[in-house]
Amino acid sequence: MTAHASVRLQVDGQPVEVPEGASVAAAVARVAPTRFRDSVHGAPRAPLCGMGVCFECRVRIDGRVQLRACMVPVREGMQVDTHG
Amino acid sequence: MVERCDVAVIGAGPAGLAAARTAAGHGARVLLLDAQPRCGGQVWRHDVAHRAPHAARSAIRAVGGKVDWRPHHQVVAADGRRLLAETPEGAVAIEAAHVVLATGARELLLPFPGWTLPGVTGAGGLQALAKQGWPLAGKRVLVAGSGPLLLAAAATLRRHGAEVLGIHEQASAARVAAFAAQLWRWPARALQAARLRAALTGVPYRCGSFVRRAFGTTQLEGVELHDAHGTRQIACDHLAVGYGLVPNIELAALLGCALDHDTVHPRVQADELLRTSVPGVLAAGEAVGVAGLAAARIEGALAGHVAGGNEAAARALRPARVRARRFAALLARQFALDPRLRALADAGTIVCRCEDVPLAALDGCVDARSARLVARCGMGACQGRICGAALAELGRFPRGGLRRPPLFPARLATLAAFLQPTIPEIEP
Repeated sequence: MTAHASVRLQVDGQPVEVPEGASVAAAVARVAPTRFRDSVHGAPRAPLCGMGVCFECRVRIDGRVQLRACMVPVREGMQVDTHG
Repeated sequence: MVERCDVAVIGAGPAGLAAARTAAGHGARVLLLDAQPRCGGQVWRHDVAHRAPHAARSAIRAVGGKVDWRPHHQVVAADGRRLLAETPEGAVAIEAAHVVLATGARELLLPFPGWTLPGVTGAGGLQALAKQGWPLAGKRVLVAGSGPLLLAAAATLRRHGAEVLGIHEQASAARVAAFAAQLWRWPARALQAARLRAALTGVPYRCGSFVRRAFGTTQLEGVELHDAHGTRQIACDHLAVGYGLVPNIELAALLGCALDHDTVHPRVQADELLRTSVPGVLAAGEAVGVAGLAAARIEGALAGHVAGGNEAAARALRPARVRARRFAALLARQFALDPRLRALADAGTIVCRCEDVPLAALDGCVDARSARLVARCGMGACQGRICGAALAELGRFPRGGLRRPPLFPARLATLAAFLQPTIPEIEP
């Protein structure tokens, strides 16, 4: 392990700190690891493939909906909302 | 915006990096595109906490300054050889004399009761998430499925602080032993296997063992394992389960490239110089059939030579390619899936996770098209990439994939940017 700079962002209004270069998925995992989105029948869903294929990790990032959390690196001050 | 280049390489994993570097070495102007934010692909995915292997660092360094590297470029449509990529900043059209498809592979994920519970991921899937910074310290993880990827995934998870409860390989001990006995033919592979074993000291590796069911209410609480001794339950926080890899052929199919259908999961047809059936379009690495890292690197270089106009250099790589490809045959033979894995899903098990379609809803559907029309199976955001491969593996709806744009969900603005200039070309 090496020391890394941290990035601070908000997930569902809660402050989170993650290493620089981490994905939004890794940030959401610290707040809502078991409910990134609701399925069409309302069941909780969380990441499956980790590589941008399955779309189970879709969240809202800075107002933009349906983004794959595993594909977006964190940025300082980002606002992430699950169920988005 | 239209970008023009000599060679467009789609996918920045080992094959794409080698293709881009090699073509650029012949003086070609190369665009290297990937939907991911960093290059490396899956096997060389950037790890937020640990240094990349030497080979990955040198391959990534080798393209620095020599090729036009475009992260966050998701190719969503194509018209002839003109590609349309969506980026966070808007749409980009790309016109290239040569296109190299290095689109890699995705994990084969099979449905079983409970597989939609949060906490259940692919094996490579959890490995990728760990490298992205997903917190695993102290978490109990069970690794299951099939193939050498399970060892690599388990080693990464352990390095990130997970307690790996065990690795459950569905192939029999005899098959795994036969695989290991052949490994000396690929010394780099043998060395890697030895390193992984050392990194996994103390982690049980069980053969002929598979997960029948995951249980939990709102998240994973444990799994039911089956082996020759019967069935038992084991509590865990994460299940990382993957059954091997499936070539990503969607872009190739959209470009009109012929596919080989001699295996359950199609692969891009390519000749000895990796030329597809579409002039100017080459394919390298897992897209032409899953064979692993060594084959991908050789094929990337081979395709890069062809795209860069040096056929003699490309031909010189053919023997190495053939040798590396033999590994694929060994993998496919020794890690062939136990037929019982195709019967794990019951009537109520969700098969299409995007649209929440249970297996029973597909009764009476004769093909993928009717499954879409009747049950919306494969109509969701993943566009059938997960359920399509799973259902093909289950013997339902082979060759059922959608072959029309957009390849991934895209913003209307992206599609509008693409359609405006092309409509006059279609109807002059």
